[in-house]
Amino acid sequence: MTARHFWRRNGATGWALTAPATLAVIGFLIVPIGAVIAGTFMDPRGIFAPYISYFNSGFRTTVLFRTLQISALTTIISLIFGFMTAYVVSRAPGKVKSLLIVAAVFPLLTGVVVRAFAWLIILGRNGILNQTLLALGIVNEPLEMLYTQGAVIVGMVYLFVPLMVLSLVGVLENIPRDVLQASSSLGASPVATFWQVLLPLAVPGLIVGAVLVFTGSFTAYATPQLLGGERQTVLATLLQQRAMVSFDWVGASTIAAIMTVITITIVLAMSHIARRINPMAT
Amino acid sequence: MMSDRPHPILIVVTALVYLFLMLPLVIVVGAALSDTTYLTFPPQGLSLRWFYNIFEISAFRRTIVTSLQIAFLGTMIALLIGIPAAYALNRFRVELPKWLGTLFVLPILVPEIVFGFALLKSFTVGTGAPIFLALLIGHTLIVLPYVVRVISASLASFDFSIEEAAISLGSAPVKTFFTIVLPNVRGGVIAAFILAFITSLNDVSVSLFLTGPGISTLPIQILAHVEQFFDPTVASVSVLLMFLTVAVMAIVERTLGLTFLAK
Repeated sequence: MTARHFWRRNGATGWALTAPATLAVIGFLIVPIGAVIAGTFMDPRGIFAPYISYFNSGFRTTVLFRTLQISALTTIISLIFGFMTAYVVSRAPGKVKSLLIVAAVFPLLTGVVVRAFAWLIILGRNGILNQTLLALGIVNEPLEMLYTQGAVIVGMVYLFVPLMVLSLVGVLENIPRDVLQASSSLGASPVATFWQVLLPLAVPGLIVGAVLVFTGSFTAYATPQLLGGERQTVLATLLQQRAMVSFDWVGASTIAAIMTVITITIVLAMSHIARRINPMAT
Repeated sequence: MMSDRPHPILIVVTALVYLFLMLPLVIVVGAALSDTTYLTFPPQGLSLRWFYNIFEISAFRRTIVTSLQIAFLGTMIALLIGIPAAYALNRFRVELPKWLGTLFVLPILVPEIVFGFALLKSFTVGTGAPIFLALLIGHTLIVLPYVVRVISASLASFDFSIEEAAISLGSAPVKTFFTIVLPNVRGGVIAAFILAFITSLNDVSVSLFLTGPGISTLPIQILAHVEQFFDPTVASVSVLLMFLTVAVMAIVERTLGLTFLAK
């Protein structure tokens, strides 16, 4: 019996090598989250009682819809600007392209707290933007920009535009230039080429980017906490308050379950759509 | 518009997007260098006093140490369990089910804040385990997907017939792994380490619930500090974190080139 026989391509070795990571994910991620979700169905008041009380609360349904709205707007804005930027980056000459990618990666690697904090300095009552507007005489008194939905969305777009750019650059680079040139040399207008050739080919990337941004902003905590405060409570900040301030474990678990179900549904639905409409089967 | 040169409007938009991305960070640096006791930009006078202040506040000192410990240990554990997993996923692709690969990216797919809460409720409260341990487990799991994916990506271009040749010539499998396979994916390991370390260092959502008496991480401490005091200390800590990021990016750029991050 030599080592050679042991190391044959066999499933057992593969399973053994993946076992530690598999057990870690199951034991410390799937089981705890499963337990939290299962716990919401064991309420003495009835099986769906926590959900009924969640949706009976006007405040809590408002928070759910506000979170969905902020995430949707963040995703749309990031898609539009991310796509235009990624297009330019993907067509830039080598050196410039690397520089632009580095410039997009850098904010991405700077933590979310730092990036939300930057907007706190800009949008505050005595912040840079207000000072500038006052100095220019555009406004007579400082605008209340902080703790508004707009502030949260700006902070979120700031978080996610680099992510969108990076996930689209790869996709746009892989679209052969010949295809676009063929389209225009056959007489298609730039607008037609965009709608009928470029956009459909980029759809898989756009969907991946949209999923990343939507789920990311749907579950973000630090940005809405710092820029939205109490006035713009979202699901993540509500979950934290329920658990750590009110010690309402059932309420917190219900929010956790709602967030998990919505996130996973979106990820699965979008990856299903992406697979169906991908014109360049990969 | 669709010719090789992007339309001027697109170039202008791109320039504005990059301005939007960079300007806030420049402002943080400016605010950190201010010598006033309140946050302001442009700085009234230049001073490094807020950088000294970081180390005078014991909560910052303590949480910097905890964050570095957790990030280092969590990343090492993730590499220890993630490298064999990534290797097996590539080497035994035919023998292993597809869902196994999905399982290792699950920590990115589930909301981090839900994961943190679940660890608190089911693990810390349920078993009475120490907070540090829960924090370490949480961080190990959120960086695991980066480790598995980055190392899988470098293994995908590795020709396993080289390994087979070595083994059939009599080299022991484990020795072959360390002398043939691992050196070939060295770049991937470094990239995975760095990505994982930075991700852990900046994490808020998982750590949020896993803090307790005497134990907290730097981003959580920054959040708490911002809500109480609005002084330039946080700007200085932010700049410190940015410096760390720049240093780390310089290492990645030297070893691999940053364009791989766009893949």
